[in-house]
Amino acid sequence: MSGHYNLKALIKAIRSCKTLADERSVIQKESAAIRTSFKEEDSFARHNNIAKLLYIHMLGYPAHFGQIECLKLVASPRFADKRLGYLGIMLLLDENQEVLTLVTNSLKNDMNHSNMYAVGLALCTFANISSEEMSRDLANEIEKLLGSSNTYIRKKAALCALRVIRRVPDLMDHFTNKAKALLQDRNHGVLLTGITLITEMCELDDKICDEFRKATGLLVKHLKNLVTTGYSAEHDVLGITDPFLQTKILRLLRLLGRGDATASETMNDILAQVATNTDSTKNVGNAILYETVLTVLDIEADSGLRVMAINILGKFLTNRDNNIRYVALNTLNKVVAMDTNAVQRHRNTILDCLRDGDISIRRRALELSYALVNEGNVRVMTRELLSFLEVADNEFKLGMTTQICLGAERFAPNKRWQIDTVLRVLKLAGNYVREEILSSFIRLTCHTPELQFYTAQRLYAALSSDLSQESLTLAAVWIIGEFGDVLLQGGTIDDGEEVKQVSDSDLIDILELVLNSPYINTLIRQFVLTAISKLSVRFAELSTPNQSTQQDRIAEILASFSSNLELEIQQRAVEFGSLFGKNEIKMGVLERMPPPEIRATIMGTVSERRSVGSTRTDKDTVVDLIGDDSAPTSATLNGASSGPSTQDLLADIFGSGGSDLTSPTTSATSAPTRSAAADIMSLFDPSPAVASPAAAPAPSSSGASGSLFDLVTPSGLASSPAPAPTPAAPPKTQLQSYTAYDKNSLKITLTPKTSPAQPGVVQILARFVASGGEKIENVNFQVAVPKTQQLQMQAMSNTDVSPGGVETQQMRIHAPAGAAIRLRMRITFSKGSQNVTDQQDFAGFPADLTGAK
Amino acid sequence: MIKFILVQNRQGKTRLSKWYHPYDDDEKVRLRGEVHRLIAPRDQKYQSNFVEFRNDKIVYRRYAGLFFCVCVDSNDNELAYLEAIHLFVEVLDAFFQNVCELDLVFSFYKVYAILDEVFLAGEIEETSKQVVLDRLDYLEKLE
Repeated sequence: MSGHYNLKALIKAIRSCKTLADERSVIQKESAAIRTSFKEEDSFARHNNIAKLLYIHMLGYPAHFGQIECLKLVASPRFADKRLGYLGIMLLLDENQEVLTLVTNSLKNDMNHSNMYAVGLALCTFANISSEEMSRDLANEIEKLLGSSNTYIRKKAALCALRVIRRVPDLMDHFTNKAKALLQDRNHGVLLTGITLITEMCELDDKICDEFRKATGLLVKHLKNLVTTGYSAEHDVLGITDPFLQTKILRLLRLLGRGDATASETMNDILAQVATNTDSTKNVGNAILYETVLTVLDIEADSGLRVMAINILGKFLTNRDNNIRYVALNTLNKVVAMDTNAVQRHRNTILDCLRDGDISIRRRALELSYALVNEGNVRVMTRELLSFLEVADNEFKLGMTTQICLGAERFAPNKRWQIDTVLRVLKLAGNYVREEILSSFIRLTCHTPELQFYTAQRLYAALSSDLSQESLTLAAVWIIGEFGDVLLQGGTIDDGEEVKQVSDSDLIDILELVLNSPYINTLIRQFVLTAISKLSVRFAELSTPNQSTQQDRIAEILASFSSNLELEIQQRAVEFGSLFGKNEIKMGVLERMPPPEIRATIMGTVSERRSVGSTRTDKDTVVDLIGDDSAPTSATLNGASSGPSTQDLLADIFGSGGSDLTSPTTSATSAPTRSAAADIMSLFDPSPAVASPAAAPAPSSSGASGSLFDLVTPSGLASSPAPAPTPAAPPKTQLQSYTAYDKNSLKITLTPKTSPAQPGVVQILARFVASGGEKIENVNFQVAVPKTQQLQMQAMSNTDVSPGGVETQQMRIHAPAGAAIRLRMRITFSKGSQNVTDQQDFAGFPADLTGAK
Repeated sequence: MIKFILVQNRQGKTRLSKWYHPYDDDEKVRLRGEVHRLIAPRDQKYQSNFVEFRNDKIVYRRYAGLFFCVCVDSNDNELAYLEAIHLFVEVLDAFFQNVCELDLVFSFYKVYAILDEVFLAGEIEETSKQVVLDRLDYLEKLE
């Protein structure tokens, strides 16, 4: 079996294959033939075989068995063999393969070859595939060739040197002197590669950069020559002399001028000259202008030049070429942080780019627009962004709603405007709004009593006309539920608009409409159930005329969900339903929420999420903390009113008697007193539905859990409960706390707690107090235990401890029974400007803590 | 710096691939596929010639049925590389006298030689068409 006659025959054969399978079989046969031929060591056939093999390789088939044959070809005295051999090496090998070490010697020989073309081949191969080891071995050869009299070799050697210093930066010193000489070279190719080499050196090493700064004048002269000399046929590209060299010089100037006023001064004039004289109608010219702009923005340029640079970018934005607009927006995005005012001037052009045909340009223009929003233009910018939001691609909407609302929050001229803006966002893109934005809006409404009627009225109107926007529906339902009384009492909107008076039946109508709309989902249902329950209280407070009818409707709606398939909805319906009969409790439970803590909306941070309190890991700890029914410390309840564990909580509070509570649904229908309590508990269930819009912060929830306790105790049930957020009862604890650390005005006490049910498990509550009257910041408390024990730590309640405040951190240790608890603590924090790191051991707990042996 | 250069036709067949960064073989196959899928469907008229790709970007240009793609660092001058692609194509055109895809297929080893005269070690080596062409003529004579 023999292969095809030559490369051309093979290519034709492969091209004539009808199917991929045919192609594969032709190639398999050919590969086999080549292999056999290799074994015969036929030096005449080798050239042909390698050529065919490389083609096979290019098609993506295995060809690595040809590596050694390539090495043999390289050793051949024929130039054609050498050339193909080196091509094969470049294609079949890379710097990570061991065979490469065998190439080093051939390269070394050929670098000293008398034929300059052979030297060229060796340099070319070296520059493309040299490994670290090879770079060390041949650095001297390269250095020598940098001084060659042949421009062709000098140019290639410069790029070889570049390869060497990329692989082994230590060898840089070898080349600095020769590199300086390259800067004087008259040949464009050598100058170009030399500047490339020097640029890399300057990027790698600041000291070398200082050294080459002396050459700034020379580079400026080179650039000036290129700009001022007329037509030169050899390097002309559409009327511009060697644009590649120009951009390379500009790039090196950027490095030299960065942070150096003198060097920047030297290049000021030429940069201005390039910026004004370069023809901006073609891509070549713009490539140079673009590089000039980058240089000007990076060096210590005078302000006139900077303005000029940004104006060039501004002009780019109006260019019809997509590429030019793209680079302009990209660059402006980088510049906007340092020079917002200059960019502001091009605001309108940037806003025009929002309507560009190219999506990547739209995206960049949008990013830039966000950065441009400030106090002065927030109204204009928001108006523009809102009008773009109407037509924007769906993939932009989520980001846009977030950015518009954050911008509105930061720069709002007044509350009314801010509320209007968010309302508009909800109307336009209510299906693309992040939860954080929604809760910040609700927070805002709660804190703006003067506009609650306005907001509720507007949301009511918006909801009446459009039920399809999820976030709008959620916001409206929540606000209607919470501020239904405000809405009913009426008021005026001061822009003279006719306000339709809303009646109690209207409110129930609209909520019913929401429930029956095709856009309904579980979350909205949950919101609606809570809202109508609140409304029943609001109606009762106001004693509205059709109250009784409406109350019946509410009861009916609740009843209709009492066997819903969704557990959460069923639970709410049943709980609210039975709460309905208990008027005194109902009023208290469903009264107006305390306004949530005001704070800037931070996107996606843990702290924002944590206040929702739905972290699953909490579950166990809550059970354990409450587990010991003798002393339910309210301190531990603070952050721990966690949803999933409601059941366990109850069971523990009621002691053994509560153990018959099996599931919320059965308990709700069986034992009436307990079920009422269960209902109350679950009101504070911070599942996403209730808690998320309000993002109930820790203080208010602690108040709530405090009041819970009042309700659950018999006296609380009998008397009319006043669940105003009372401070939690002081812990009636017999727990002993131990001071573990008291230095550097930080005091840490540890309170261990064990449960007889779980011997060997110790809960430790660490309390952090700033004892020095100074704020302690960034506390990081790490603890280690002996290997036989296991430690779990929760996050700290707040890493900043203010004087007078107490921060806590929970940890839990599993230890073998009878083992002594020993802790090694590592504490880092900052106090004022001072950073403190400390380490301390603690073993002061009583020995019987982990139970008897 | 250039990470790799790919020339592919509209069907995604690679006609030239040059790697200046040591990718392993599987990675090269993946890159060819990804680049093709990224570039081929792009609109000629309404989209720019630059695409962000992983941590780098691809500067590409289409000549008839062939896409010339260069993957460069994200802070490199895209416009200049666009011009460099054009330079390379002009050299090819002058060398093969009206280059077509078949020239690249049948004379692939010459294409590599031309590439090595224009780009080396991931950088532009020579910007004068004439210098490159003279050089190639010499090399042809030596064969």
